[in-house]
Amino acid sequence: MNKIVNDFSIIIGTKNGSGSSTANNTILRSIFKMGIPVSGKNLFPSNIQGLPTWYTIRANKNGFIARSDHNDIVIALNPDSFTKDLASVRAGGAFFYADDIKQPITRVDVAIYPMPIKAIIRNDPNVPSDFRDLVGNMVYVGILAHMINMDVEKINAALTFHFKGKQKPIDMNMNAIKAGAEWAKTNLEKKDPFYLEAMNKTDGLIMADGNTAAAIGSIFGGVQFAAWYPITPASSLAESLVDYLPILRKQEDGKKNYAVIQAEDELAALGMTIGAGWSGLRAMTSTSGPGLSLMTEFAGLAYYAETPVVIWDVQRIGPSTGLPTRTSQGDLSFTYHIGHGDSHSVILLPGDITECFDFGWQSFDIAERVQTPIFVLSDLDMGMNQWMSKPFEYPETPMDRGKVLWEKDLDELKGNWGRYLDKDGDGIPYRTIPGNKHPASAYFTRGTGHDEYAKYTEDSSVYIKNMERLKEKHYNAKQFVPAPVFHSMKGATIGILAFGSTEAAILEAQHQLANEHGIKSDFMRVRAIPFTDEVEKFLAKYDQIFVVEMNRDGQIDIILKGEYPQYSMKLKSVAYHDGLPAAATWVREGILAKYVKAKSKDESGKMKAEVKKSAGKKKVAPKASAKKTLTKAKASSKAKAKRK
Amino acid sequence: MTEALPMAGAAANVNLAGLSKNDYRGAPSTLCQGCGHNSISNQIIAALYEMNVVPEDVLKFSGIGCSSKSPAYFLNRTFGFNSLHGRMPSIATGALFGNHKMKGISVSGDGDSASIGMGQFKHIMRRNVNMVYIIENNGVYGLTKGQFSATAEKGLELKKQGSNPYMPVDICMEALISNATFIARSFAGNPKQVKELLKAAIAHDGIAILDIISPCVTFNDQATAYHSYAWGKEHEMPLHEVSYVPPRNEIMLDRDLEAGELREVAMHDGSTVMLKNIEKHYDPTNRFEAMRAMEEAGRNNWLVTGLLYVDTTKQNLTTQYNLVDTPLNRLTQADLRPDRSAIDKVNALMF
Repeated sequence: MNKIVNDFSIIIGTKNGSGSSTANNTILRSIFKMGIPVSGKNLFPSNIQGLPTWYTIRANKNGFIARSDHNDIVIALNPDSFTKDLASVRAGGAFFYADDIKQPITRVDVAIYPMPIKAIIRNDPNVPSDFRDLVGNMVYVGILAHMINMDVEKINAALTFHFKGKQKPIDMNMNAIKAGAEWAKTNLEKKDPFYLEAMNKTDGLIMADGNTAAAIGSIFGGVQFAAWYPITPASSLAESLVDYLPILRKQEDGKKNYAVIQAEDELAALGMTIGAGWSGLRAMTSTSGPGLSLMTEFAGLAYYAETPVVIWDVQRIGPSTGLPTRTSQGDLSFTYHIGHGDSHSVILLPGDITECFDFGWQSFDIAERVQTPIFVLSDLDMGMNQWMSKPFEYPETPMDRGKVLWEKDLDELKGNWGRYLDKDGDGIPYRTIPGNKHPASAYFTRGTGHDEYAKYTEDSSVYIKNMERLKEKHYNAKQFVPAPVFHSMKGATIGILAFGSTEAAILEAQHQLANEHGIKSDFMRVRAIPFTDEVEKFLAKYDQIFVVEMNRDGQIDIILKGEYPQYSMKLKSVAYHDGLPAAATWVREGILAKYVKAKSKDESGKMKAEVKKSAGKKKVAPKASAKKTLTKAKASSKAKAKRK
Repeated sequence: MTEALPMAGAAANVNLAGLSKNDYRGAPSTLCQGCGHNSISNQIIAALYEMNVVPEDVLKFSGIGCSSKSPAYFLNRTFGFNSLHGRMPSIATGALFGNHKMKGISVSGDGDSASIGMGQFKHIMRRNVNMVYIIENNGVYGLTKGQFSATAEKGLELKKQGSNPYMPVDICMEALISNATFIARSFAGNPKQVKELLKAAIAHDGIAILDIISPCVTFNDQATAYHSYAWGKEHEMPLHEVSYVPPRNEIMLDRDLEAGELREVAMHDGSTVMLKNIEKHYDPTNRFEAMRAMEEAGRNNWLVTGLLYVDTTKQNLTTQYNLVDTPLNRLTQADLRPDRSAIDKVNALMF
């Protein structure tokens, strides 16, 4: 049998609440410490205890560590998902299972390894009986470690980190691992091809989750106020602030220069944040989709009152009684127009752990510079899973506190200033901050009903002027937001446009498209809205641009078509959403399904005809209202894809 | 003060802060003539003037409604935030962290605080935010005439709405069970008491709830106009014009309430309220006593007025957070951004 080294996936099927996360993290961290590129993703249900849950690990020597949808090694510990887990092993794969599960083994095309976990742990006198189930998880780590050559030293390092150096739990867990490994050595014969071998590809990297990175980044951004309400998958962001603020902003006298408040709901969370932002603090909140819905009215107010705040949305699937523990990129359209009336949001789109950190501090600079709510859209996959990452880097630019007038500034201006006066012609006015002692500093804050001096008015021309300025301000924000990241191939003929956590899957799909289908691509990962100038250049450059995203309707595709109608016919939506972290397969297949080979005359003629056909369809579309022009364009491109 | 301020009136009329009463005024009120809210605004101006509070040292907050418009009509030199319906408490909670030395003065209504904003109203009390929280309550006796407010009494008849089937919310009772540290009730037509309670509330370190019964002078609801026999009958014709707002005189007490006095006061629509001043020997630091007084008043359909409860032993919210002495909004990068060495420390904390 040919060995397969450092290129396989492991999936562990267990019960929620059984305490397997330490075991699974130990496997992930051990592989990482062996220098092998690796990812680990927790696929968990909305439940505290009992429902099936899976943890998937992908080790890949070439660095392709998006979630794999092939299961090379399956470890089955849950009788409820046993049949499904057994069926999911790839032919030629390996199936480890707890031998107290007495269910038929129907596969002959996979290596089968029963594991007497309970018997092994019962034989260890050092494990108290009520710890047996918990520590028992380590037995499968030991068995797996022996079978795939996982380095015991690295396992020890992982446990030492996990238990913060406390020797007693480290020893107890390590002994269970060793017992498992010993048992496997004596009793199992290797029948599968999967092995680990040490590499040096993770040198200098760290492992962290995006929520922790975002919190620490925010602290380096000088966060002073955070209000939040618990919601999966965002809670750990605020909890990380609570963990790291005392470490990073420690004062000798024990006094604090920050405050974190758990609010009574998301409405209050954003309300407090806006109050603090208005009052001159670097203020943030963190939530997920349903929480953002509750924040809508306040988000609209902050937009019109021009209050700087940072709002993190760690995206997941919709309502709480849906798939709330599953990842998503489904909040983009909603966030873009959140509020009431005409509004455009400034949105940052981190794609990895480093960017969660960087956007943590940059978002405050942008918020205070532009005086508007900044939305940072992360997702559950990035927010809650451990990712390999470059180490965090110290902010390279000083804090930008924006256009603020203090007492001496007002003295110089002799008190002549207007809160909403566009003095610099960039749509961004000057603001004063409560506590300013100058008698001309104060103003009364409202929504849209104000003139340039913050006085109440319902005058139409004043309203129009204000609204036009807000629009101009939004587009001016593009000079402050992060530019896209490019992954280009020489001789690229198509463009791929995406955002957020899909990068690893797209890089792998790019590779597959080039090697297996001869399609070379240029991949641009957008990192902010409003779109920077690079986006338009990219759209102009390629005849076909595949817009890849994890939602049903192709949300960024719709926004792009609205912003750049001249290129809308070139944009092909590859939107797919099943609640799981992105995998290369659907990206590749989605692109292939809509790819039009447009080189020869014949084919370009065919393409034109196709375009004509879909344009024709657009005309006969029944009851299409003017409002729906954008979605219509999209629907016709979808219809086209279906016909293919 | 960095520049000379324009003084209106006699230069001699200044307080210990060197300010005239004009320095405490706001824009002209756009509320109806005779509205109790205007009277309250005037007492806020008077109380702050008499207490020598510098306008720049306080913050104004409000939600949405007639009452919530009123912060525009006092303290022009004070930062103010007219926020969202029922959401003023959260704005104030966050804003007061900007400078923990500042005090909040907020105005809300019975709809804003007892209906849509009940959640935030309760939570700001349990947090003991350092703020005077005035509820200009005009819904108790159906004086809004349009819809029942949450403070409307059970069985109140309104032609369009029928009979109110629900029990009313008692703002002061809600405050007491939410552990508010200062609870008082007054009547807008009793300006002397309003001002004295305002002064006590401003002096209180923590949340101060002031439930002020503030009659609405305007009936513009054609259907319900027939109910207003005392005043309405004389003006029957104008009341059929729905956009017509008749000028009224504000209802004022003709003499102060004595301690323990019970007095019936007629409202614009002919209904009455029974004001009951607290007894001379009443101990406002006794929570049991406060609850007993409110329960007794409730059973008798009285509105008990005065300082009902005060607890000066609890820390306000920002004090609980043990903040640095410099106001947070005066801190700079040197205070807020960890130094370069911290990044290595953080990376070392990751796996």
